[in-house]
Amino acid sequence: MRIKRFLSNAGVFLLLVVGLVVWMFLSWPMVLGLAVLAALWLFLTRSGRLALAAAQVGIAGLPQRLGASSVIVVGIAGVVGVLVAMLAMGEGFRATLASTGGTDTAIILRGGSQAETNSVITRDQVPLIQSLDGIQRGSDGRALISPELSQVVNLPSMADGTDSNVQFRGVGPAAWQVRPKLKIVEGRRFNPGLREIVVGRGAQSQFRGLEVGHKLKLAQQEWTVVGAFESGDSHESELWADVDVLGPAYQRQAFQSVTAKLDGATGFKRLKAALAADPRLKLDVMTTHDYYAKQSENLTKLINILGKVIGAIMALGAIFGALNSMYAAVSGRAREIATMRALGFRGLPVVTAVMLETMLLALVGGVIGALLAWLLFNGHSVSTLGNNFSQVVFQFRVSPDLLWTGLKWALGIGLVGGLFPALRAARMEVTDALRAQ
Amino acid sequence: MKYLHLIWASLFRSRTRTLLTLLSVFVAFFLFGMLDSVRVAFNSGGDVTGANRMVVASRLSITQMLPYRLDPQIKSIPGVRKSTYAAWFGGIYQDPKNFFPNFSVGPDYLDLYPEFQLPAAQRKAWEADRQGAIVGETLAKKFGWKVGDTIPMQATIFPTKGSNDWSFKLDGIFRIDDVKRKGQEQMLLFHWNYFDEANDYVKGRVGWYIVQVENAGVSNRVAKAIDGLSANSDHETKTQTEEAFNQSFAKQIGDIGLIVTAIMAAVFFTLLLLTGNTMAQAVRERIPELAVLKTIGFQDRAVLALVLFESILLVAIGAVLGLFFAPLAMQVVSKGSGGFIALPDRLPPESWATGLVLMVLFGVLAGLLPALRAMRLNIVDALAGR
Repeated sequence: MRIKRFLSNAGVFLLLVVGLVVWMFLSWPMVLGLAVLAALWLFLTRSGRLALAAAQVGIAGLPQRLGASSVIVVGIAGVVGVLVAMLAMGEGFRATLASTGGTDTAIILRGGSQAETNSVITRDQVPLIQSLDGIQRGSDGRALISPELSQVVNLPSMADGTDSNVQFRGVGPAAWQVRPKLKIVEGRRFNPGLREIVVGRGAQSQFRGLEVGHKLKLAQQEWTVVGAFESGDSHESELWADVDVLGPAYQRQAFQSVTAKLDGATGFKRLKAALAADPRLKLDVMTTHDYYAKQSENLTKLINILGKVIGAIMALGAIFGALNSMYAAVSGRAREIATMRALGFRGLPVVTAVMLETMLLALVGGVIGALLAWLLFNGHSVSTLGNNFSQVVFQFRVSPDLLWTGLKWALGIGLVGGLFPALRAARMEVTDALRAQ
Repeated sequence: MKYLHLIWASLFRSRTRTLLTLLSVFVAFFLFGMLDSVRVAFNSGGDVTGANRMVVASRLSITQMLPYRLDPQIKSIPGVRKSTYAAWFGGIYQDPKNFFPNFSVGPDYLDLYPEFQLPAAQRKAWEADRQGAIVGETLAKKFGWKVGDTIPMQATIFPTKGSNDWSFKLDGIFRIDDVKRKGQEQMLLFHWNYFDEANDYVKGRVGWYIVQVENAGVSNRVAKAIDGLSANSDHETKTQTEEAFNQSFAKQIGDIGLIVTAIMAAVFFTLLLLTGNTMAQAVRERIPELAVLKTIGFQDRAVLALVLFESILLVAIGAVLGLFFAPLAMQVVSKGSGGFIALPDRLPPESWATGLVLMVLFGVLAGLLPALRAMRLNIVDALAGR
């Protein structure tokens, strides 16, 4: 008897593991299909209707077991909330950098440098780059390139006034054409040759003293903020000025990168080939899309792994909580369940009833958790140190995908937490249970 | 504690329930141990060994270098005991993914960092070897380096004779015993003199100075004096304690502490609810028993204590196990990530202390209501099952 029970438990456990793995890979149309099938079974077959009736009894009793059922709901809400928030942070960071740049522009760096901070492009290389094939020409016939310099400057953070590293980018005359996404939303562009700055909306929200009209002291000189821009990407964390003013202010003779508008679909290929063919230019080129996507890779991966590991550990805790509550619920209702069994309810409807109850609680918990994460964190602006030793401002992004992931986790936890108590309910000795106190 | 066996027996009255509760307490403290040690590691950098150390860096930006000629000027300021300098190199080994900090340092660097333990013979060999380098034990293990190996590095900032290829001979491997500083075993250090001479771009420049002051009392004055040296120049400096300097970095990575606290709050709230519920159930089931205890002469307060201790014991067992297993998991994570995430491999004493306080607190909070209920039981009603 004992061995049989053990074997059947082990079998159920194995099935459960397989089921969970499959569940995690299901897409939402498949889950919807499953739900429809389950509903059809519940409403159209005799055992389904019995299960539904049994579940109604259990669900009607939920308010009496408020403490125990709230353990399941709160536990699962906690797991889903934390998970969704962590993933939303990674997603926000990834999305911000992924939307920066595009496949129609390229960034040129010194060979071997990984980021702009490490790169040097000398002044005499710029005219050579200008003449390369693959770069789009403006209406005046000049190549659309923006030689750039980025300095890291200290600005007090909005939150507590501590120094943060902010990217102060000097851009060339073609910068606005190279990055058409960038729109001035307040004030105006800086005038070439003057110590004027335009600031990103993201930077404005995170650091003090960047209101239009304010004067800033940077590199021993006074700069005026003359405008603010929006771009919806990582440039929004930056301050922009004329590269020919910024360079001398920081005693920089050379540039760090050149961003170029590519000429048509084959532009990148041609530019790359032209660059490789010129022995005077030991430079690397990649599309700005690739460049920024690569910068987000490590941190996004880290946040995702952390989020899932923490989520999984918490989920384990929630499963124990759910098991506990459902075992208690089953033993508390032992007489009730035994009476139903005596009335002729078979195992399957009883199992289904307990499962339905748990899944309902899990669903409520999942919805609450996901909703909380969305309400508290969606659009919440944070910043972190990016690859260039400077702050990248980004927003948490609770996408529908993430909400769905959260719900899937919730239902998965409910499945594990409900199954064993449900089996116990179905296996109870009717005579013993009827006599139970 | 003559009633320990009584508490123990009631704890295992319902094995499944107790086991499941234990497991969820275990999970919560397991997570707490991991997250809290990360938090402690992030906020560290300023314990006793470094208390008198200050970092002098450019006020303009951390990527701006400082002139080497400041060195004698800094050394001559009264209150400065020792000083040295270092410069970021930013080389990569084989693949950019193998990131580890590497920089060139001045001759007395190890005197200022006594926590870096390098065998005397290796130190001597390194000092005599112009192109020599030393690395931390963690890093050496990761790449299987032995003393005597040649380490090829690719420069990302500073070429040498037009090429990015640099190579260093490994002269020594240092270790750091302090758990919280274990992360610094990931570093490679080589001589600034060699860097200054061999790189094509900068000459006579260092990244930052490290200054040891005679005592913490003079640090403010010394900092002002150092910053005064280059006031209104094109290389204004900012002098701060090493702790403040490190924390300004940690802070910028994101508010780790806040995120960790938020997660912990979510976990513990759930845990509290769960344990509280279990205890409430345990008391409900045992009402007749508790009534019997009272009938045979147990005081109200004794009953309260029994239930409360039961709850504390339940939490404590799970918690201690959780805290015990957390460092093991951290090692697995560190290994699994290939050094990308370097977690401390022991639980810092601070985390143990916080954990102990938390387990008592949660034990009391979870058990208080049921214990009060047990205390207030009316014997007659309880025995009658009303």
